[in-house]
Amino acid sequence: MHASPLLEIKDLHVHFDVYGGTLKVLDGVNFTVQSGQKVGLVGETGCGKTTTMKSILRILPMPPARIPSGEIYFKGQNVLKMGREALRQVRSEGISMIFQDPTAALNPVFSVGQQLEAVVKYSLEGKELSRKEIRERAIVPLKEVALPDPERMLDSYPIQLSGGMRQRVCIAMALVASRELLIADEPGTSLDVTIQDQILRLLHRLVEEKNVSVILITHTLGVVRETTDRVYVMYAGSMAEVANTEELFVNPLHPYTHGLMAAVPRLTGGGVSNGIPGRIPDYLAPPPGCRFHPRCDHAMSICRREKPPFYKLSDSHEVACFLYRDGGKGTRTL
Amino acid sequence: MTTDILTVTDLKRYFVIGHKDILKRDPITVKAVDGVSFTVQEGETFGLVGESGSGKSTVAYTTIGMYRPTEGRISFQGQNLFEENKVRPLALKKEIQIVFQDPGSSLNPRRNIRQILELPLRIHRRDENQTEQIVRLLEMVELPPDYMHKYPQMLGGGEKQMIAIARALATDPSFVILDEPTSALDVSIQGKIISLLIRLQNEFHLSYLFITHDLSLMRNVASRVAIMYLGKICEVAEAAEFFRNPYHPYTQMLLSSIPVVSAEEEKLKPKKITSTGEIPSPVNIPSGCSFHLRCPNKMDICSRVDPSMVEVEAGHTVRCHLHGQPDQADGG
Repeated sequence: MHASPLLEIKDLHVHFDVYGGTLKVLDGVNFTVQSGQKVGLVGETGCGKTTTMKSILRILPMPPARIPSGEIYFKGQNVLKMGREALRQVRSEGISMIFQDPTAALNPVFSVGQQLEAVVKYSLEGKELSRKEIRERAIVPLKEVALPDPERMLDSYPIQLSGGMRQRVCIAMALVASRELLIADEPGTSLDVTIQDQILRLLHRLVEEKNVSVILITHTLGVVRETTDRVYVMYAGSMAEVANTEELFVNPLHPYTHGLMAAVPRLTGGGVSNGIPGRIPDYLAPPPGCRFHPRCDHAMSICRREKPPFYKLSDSHEVACFLYRDGGKGTRTL
Repeated sequence: MTTDILTVTDLKRYFVIGHKDILKRDPITVKAVDGVSFTVQEGETFGLVGESGSGKSTVAYTTIGMYRPTEGRISFQGQNLFEENKVRPLALKKEIQIVFQDPGSSLNPRRNIRQILELPLRIHRRDENQTEQIVRLLEMVELPPDYMHKYPQMLGGGEKQMIAIARALATDPSFVILDEPTSALDVSIQGKIISLLIRLQNEFHLSYLFITHDLSLMRNVASRVAIMYLGKICEVAEAAEFFRNPYHPYTQMLLSSIPVVSAEEEKLKPKKITSTGEIPSPVNIPSGCSFHLRCPNKMDICSRVDPSMVEVEAGHTVRCHLHGQPDQADGG
């Protein structure tokens, strides 16, 4: 057993009150990040990945969002019960987030320098620094993300930069204060494949250097395989499977994980599979029991009635599926 | 024997995006497509791969007729697509159709599916029973007939794309341009769309020009692949051969950048090349070979002379000084 985890989410439920009912988006999320770990979170669009991450930082708009139950512990403290000052500390020194679309994440009317300096000031509340010192502190992260000519970069506006450079600026902003946990929400998705590769390698290097823990959110399985040590597979508001990365790719257990893996076109050829039939359920009226059962080839009658708990198949591999209720012994192979 | 259905010869498409002085004398041009030649054979899927700004969509839009070429020629079944001072005849428009990347914006949100599918039928097949045709089209893309009363926003992303495919097939075309048809969709839905496209291709003997930035997908759908970089094609080959034996340094860089999910795929990736540099702006294309700024195997000649297309093996052509340029002894 590890020491107390850096981040622990316990049975988190998030609902959105909208016209016409309540969207029950998160339905009991359990998620743990150990210190120094690189954790991947995969799932289809709309499965609740970003909602989970936003609830950690408490940046979900409330209302319409509402958290009826659940706990989020960061270094032993419940984020959901924090006061303003404690929350500010978490946001400025503990956790930072990189968003999917760097163009939308940066303010177009302020220069890169103004935006970076604002972050520097925010993270140093209480300490008085001269403008020159703030500027000097803002340059350091720009150098770390290997942006050419960081001096000039401070005076340029986001529109003058390419997509890859903008994402580097966002990473620089996330690294201004020394952080313990970095949440990267699809950091390469809006970029070209060669640029995505550069950004992921950059993230990897910085994470190793600074010993930061990372949560990498993506819907590309290949990215997860190459950059993380542990993977959570999420479906419709709860975790379907969690395992060490290597194990998950060699031995996926949940039918949903199987479907996802089979749907990825391979470089080795062999055609394209049919994917997973159906789509993510309507959160206004999610199916009872296991939310995956309408799309599952292996659905049994119990799946329609009860939500599967996590079955622990080994120290590092857990799966929420009734196919494995006898511990994986005697189950048919998928 | 295979016959060519579409031949693109030295296609150029420049856009004027501004002027250097206020008298509008010195135009600033973007060379979106700068001398592209390829042929698509009947019944095949020809893949066009490139990063954003490489000009792959401009090739598609010129073929469909949204732009006129600045220079060069596109012929379809031997017929020139751009006769001087002439609108493209209806019979030709009927043969070439397109499916766009984002079905969310390519379908009119104020029209229901029936109206969306009716428009091409009204123009190209006036004498047939429209309702019957619409039901048949929906059947073709595996959607129930009552979908004709729905509006696009009531459908999921995958279903919207199926409607876009049905609309393209409404005119009974022989050539369909697929402009990143699955890149806005999840992998779980991508599989379904691709299988559908392959089934329709076999059923109706369609030829596809398939545009994507996803090389793994390309490996599985295309028979031949062309790689574009900054408005030019740098390598063309049969799909299987292409992945086994990439010649161009840019192709190698692309391949080594792909995140893959299994160890067997890992072995196919060229190891040594790591991607560096940014894609230059197409307003300011580097001299010589446009890739030389990012190329790991750059030589002196690369910044001066633009290499020409050379056939290194049967059906495998490459545009790089490393590989059998006439005045270059250093062969690959």
